[in-house]
Amino acid sequence: MELVKENKDKNAGTEKKEVVIAIKGLQKSFGKKEVLKDINLELKRGENIVVLGRSGTGKSVTIQCIVGLLKPDSGSLKVFDNEVAEMNDKQLKELRIKIGFLFQSGALYDSMTVRENLEFPLTRVLKLTEQAEIDKRVEEALDSVGLLEAIDKLPSDLSGGMRKRAGLARTIIVHPEIILYDEPTTGLDPITSREISNLILSIQKKYKTSSIIITHDMECARVTKGRVMIMDEGAFIAEGTFDDLHESNNKIVASFFKDIL
Amino acid sequence: MTEEMAVPGWKKWLEGIGDQVGFFINFFRNIFTGGFEWSEFVRQCYEIGYRSIMLVGITSFIMGLVLVVQLRPTLVAFGSTSMLPKTLAVSFIRELGPVIIAIICAGKIASSIGAELGSMKVTEQLDAMEVSGANPLQYLVVTRILATTIMVPILSVMGDVIGLFGGFLALNLRDTMSFSLYFAKVVASIDFADFLPAVIKTIFFGFAIGFVGCYKGFHSNKGTESVGIAANSAVVTASLWIFVIDAIAVQVTSLLFYK
Repeated sequence: MELVKENKDKNAGTEKKEVVIAIKGLQKSFGKKEVLKDINLELKRGENIVVLGRSGTGKSVTIQCIVGLLKPDSGSLKVFDNEVAEMNDKQLKELRIKIGFLFQSGALYDSMTVRENLEFPLTRVLKLTEQAEIDKRVEEALDSVGLLEAIDKLPSDLSGGMRKRAGLARTIIVHPEIILYDEPTTGLDPITSREISNLILSIQKKYKTSSIIITHDMECARVTKGRVMIMDEGAFIAEGTFDDLHESNNKIVASFFKDIL
Repeated sequence: MTEEMAVPGWKKWLEGIGDQVGFFINFFRNIFTGGFEWSEFVRQCYEIGYRSIMLVGITSFIMGLVLVVQLRPTLVAFGSTSMLPKTLAVSFIRELGPVIIAIICAGKIASSIGAELGSMKVTEQLDAMEVSGANPLQYLVVTRILATTIMVPILSVMGDVIGLFGGFLALNLRDTMSFSLYFAKVVASIDFADFLPAVIKTIFFGFAIGFVGCYKGFHSNKGTESVGIAANSAVVTASLWIFVIDAIAVQVTSLLFYK
């Protein structure tokens, strides 16, 4: 299916910014099931891309390919101009420091407190040794997500929203240049979802990150104010701003916006 | 026909062997590369060793006690009751103690490691560790396997001592023997060739328990059911490996020490 471009802003797209993620013709199959058929995407520095799509269309697989958790079958996937599939373990590790990944569940290490969760990447990845600096960065990251009071709690003592915040704090603590969000508001009530969506936006402004946000949540797509791309059956079928896609005549695109006023 | 059904069994088996060899090589590579996780290693030694003391102690005590009660009638028939300390010491230290304690450790430790890592896989904690740029093998696998390799022999030696003490109490239920005489008979009956091979094989038992637990947990599927499967499969496979290692160790020991 040809990509539907819904963009009524004539000045849009003319601004020259560095492309941080460039994906061309990406394909990935599991057994005989072709999950990604032809993924093409460009993420520019400082940009937010919201990827909408039904479950099982390959959204999470795409971002897992970006961080090298999955290896694509064919196509090109460049991050900071480096082909991910050709990287060795050391290069991949260096790349991953620049990419934050927020998992759907938050993926907090459940045997550690929130503080220890945040210290983990600082001591193991950035190899910080000075406790004063570690404490400062932990407190700053938790303060950014409004979770300073839960610093010594275990993940099992946190609510769903708090876990997402703690996961986000652990993601931003190493100051990544790109953040990939895998369904950040799934399983949360509407108020907490909106808080998380606003948090994503404020994190992007504060840390000047580029983001890809995988979501089903239309409110999240609207609040994060990014370029919206719609995925269906392993390929992007439409892209544009939230408001432009809202008025699209394309049947699949319209189905995402039918409950939006 | 599904894709999984189309893959021949022997091919899957070979793939599994290849995966385990790769995991084994990665484990060794990660011991010597990067920083060693001392604090996690010490924590694992505490979790695996200290928290198993009670279970190993009680089981060994009962085993020593039961063994003497069972052996006594046979030895009485030959008028060899005085041989009880020697019979118990040799059988317990050479074979029964190490194997039974290793099987108990497989049940407690391999299942716990398999379930813990399996659960971390299901909840994406392993992926989170990997995408953060940290090394989950170094933090989770190296520390656990080394901890079991060190703690299982220690538990085994401790279990041997407690088992012999259980035997002493059982002996005094029907007969009377002073502790100093019992202790002297036990010490006189065992030598270097009884004790050392037994300790060496428990090192391999400990390694097998840690390795199987970590491998099963790390390679579990993504589903809550997989956690149970990983734990169960870790116990079964580790127990099987203990008997295989024991069979090999007995052959090697016979060749080297009991000509």
